[in-house]
Amino acid sequence: MSGETRVLLATIDEPDLHTIEVYERLGGYGDRLRKALLQMSPEEVLKELENSGLRGRGGAGFDMGKKASFIPKGDMDKYLCCNADESEPGAFKDRLLMQKNPHLLIEGCIIGAIAAGANKGFIFIRGEYAHQADILDAAVAEAYDKGYLGERILDSAHSFDLVVHRGQGAYICGEEIALLDALEGKRGNPRLKPPFPANQGLYQGPTLINNVETLCCAPLIIEKGGEWFASMGVDKSTGTKIVSVSGNVERPGNYEVELGISCRDLIYGLAGGPPDGRDVKCFFPGGSSAPVLTKEHLDLPYTFEAMSEAGSMLGSGSVIVVDDSVSIVSLALRLAEFYRHESCGKCVPCREGTNWTVKMLERMDAGEATPMDIEVMSQVQTNIIGNCLCVLGDSMAMPVGSMIEHFRDEFEEHIEQARVRRGLEETAAYPSEAPLGAELAAAGESGPA
Amino acid sequence: MADAERMESAGDEAALRATPLPPGWDEAARLEEDPAVVPDPASVEVPADLRAEIEAHMAKYPDRHSAVLPALGAAQERHGWCSPEAIVQVAAVMQVTPAYLSSVATFYDMLRTEPVGDRYVYVCTSVACHTRNAKAVYDAICEEAREQGLEGVELREFECLGACDMAPMASVDGRYVGPLDVSDAQELVAAVKEDRHVLPGRGLEDSDYRLPWDRPDRPVHRPQGPPETPEGDAA
Ligand SMILES: Cc1cc2nc3c(=O)[nH]c(=O)nc-3n(C[C@H](O)[C@H](O)[C@H](O)COP(=O)(O)O)c2cc1C
Ligand code: SF4
Ligand code: FES
Repeated sequence: MSGETRVLLATIDEPDLHTIEVYERLGGYGDRLRKALLQMSPEEVLKELENSGLRGRGGAGFDMGKKASFIPKGDMDKYLCCNADESEPGAFKDRLLMQKNPHLLIEGCIIGAIAAGANKGFIFIRGEYAHQADILDAAVAEAYDKGYLGERILDSAHSFDLVVHRGQGAYICGEEIALLDALEGKRGNPRLKPPFPANQGLYQGPTLINNVETLCCAPLIIEKGGEWFASMGVDKSTGTKIVSVSGNVERPGNYEVELGISCRDLIYGLAGGPPDGRDVKCFFPGGSSAPVLTKEHLDLPYTFEAMSEAGSMLGSGSVIVVDDSVSIVSLALRLAEFYRHESCGKCVPCREGTNWTVKMLERMDAGEATPMDIEVMSQVQTNIIGNCLCVLGDSMAMPVGSMIEHFRDEFEEHIEQARVRRGLEETAAYPSEAPLGAELAAAGESGPA
Repeated sequence: MADAERMESAGDEAALRATPLPPGWDEAARLEEDPAVVPDPASVEVPADLRAEIEAHMAKYPDRHSAVLPALGAAQERHGWCSPEAIVQVAAVMQVTPAYLSSVATFYDMLRTEPVGDRYVYVCTSVACHTRNAKAVYDAICEEAREQGLEGVELREFECLGACDMAPMASVDGRYVGPLDVSDAQELVAAVKEDRHVLPGRGLEDSDYRLPWDRPDRPVHRPQGPPETPEGDAA
């Protein structure tokens, strides 16, 4: 279990896989979709998904079959939403799937819709993915032409319409409630849950929301069985996972692996590790929202369980590697700036906390902070966690908190060096107006501390 | 403190702010206007193709409001930004208030609420790109844009564009190019300015695109599952 295991990406290098002809030739739609539509009951489809142990690939890692089973039965409009917002720094796996294999996602949406009893579906794709959205649009049109979408698919009792909906640039729209609001034409503001989307989602109807990769697993599970899927991976982390590896490694890219591979195999074996002469300083195991882990954690198995036991999370499965050339304060600052920019502004701890964190880190960098500020910043993070409507605030507070925890010495050193630098600069900038600097120099000291 | 005095010191404070106020915050509200008016369709002239596009979007959804984002996108494409004129046109077709549309437009990064250019170059400087020198690439592009006098293009730092494998990277009117180096700045800006194809062969959507370090023949395992898989060939 040390190399790549390709299930979702088995055919990804086939030329023109994005066309329906090639996709069908390689086994797409066809028999397995007929099986789901005509031979299996919706309950059996749901059961198969539950048996696979497939956990959501969008961040929270919730059991997909279980979530689908929460959708109430009965005759009403129900919806399926595919979350293709993929905007968390470090994540780029859904992009690959949609660009190269759009029909796998469409087929996954159909199967998800059967399990949820949905008759209308939306793929919410981030607006920046213009090329991928064009490809999806074309693929959806092809699927309609061939009768895989629309009324009574393949003469079964199931009807399903699918619309590709483009966002306009807002990370928060990846959060499920915000996504539904954006889809309803509003600003993307999360709300308190419950009600959960499974009961009251899009247009107040029951709604199943799943990530692109989650839905892409569904056709394979129907074809080869839930047990087959569960036979890959370990414990409650079943199946394979496309891991986006980025940052300071020789070969950034998407690698599909069986869950349970060691972080070292992933970072060094597959992605080539940091450049020569550099060492891993820390890594985000689950995108920028995951608390950082350090070198000591490299031998942990890459699973939902092991990452959370180590105090972090597997999240969307994006590993950002940071080597020892990167200053931790600059990293924390860039991270905090992201969350400040993306905070929807609805809750005070998140809106103000992200802003204050940026300001404090800027102060540290500018030489205006004292080691006391680390304490204050740490407290700000603690006060954000658990006090917001959605987890965006926590998504900054936890990684920043983890950086302070693992690299406190470097923070202190950075603050001290910046203070010295600032002192020297001021002395140099105003030689005649800087009596203190001049006095110190006269006294043989190196400059104001 | 007298009201006038208080206002004045508030004004000073605004002048001292490190970050400028968002647009509109320091403008007086136009109290004589009713913000809730849905424009009379007969009184607003809307280009026929824009109207058709918006109506096609509305038809796709059970609730017409869902078409707000695509409609604003379409209007922006035509007007270059979500100008008051663009907003009123969308409002007239969709039968919603302009204020509602403005509130939505200000929320989203890709919708421009100021005329900053009708093309764009978004340079990602977010977390993963940050570790690969993205800020230097962005600065070099800005410097070149100044030197070459690039105009009519919205050039800005952007948050993660979902292409950290090609870091550092940029999106030029939606076409992703990367990995970039400081030395690419000159050609990138020149190509945008002269409306040429930007960095041919280095765009994610180019047919022969590969990451420089990618090995097409890298060893992978393709497990077979019951029943036999049609694609399980090279295992
Ligand atoms: C701030 C925020 C951003 C999110 N962004 C995404 C995203 O871009 N894509 C995604 O699939 N899930 C995202 N999620 C997770 C979703 O809310 C949701 O849990 C997920 O789409 C469910 O799908 P899954 O069960 O298949 O993982 C985000 C959550 C939060 C709080
Ligand atoms: S935590 Fe932040 S992003 Fe989430 S609802 Fe509150 S303010 Fe908005
Ligand atoms: S951080 Fe730049 S593309 Fe993701």
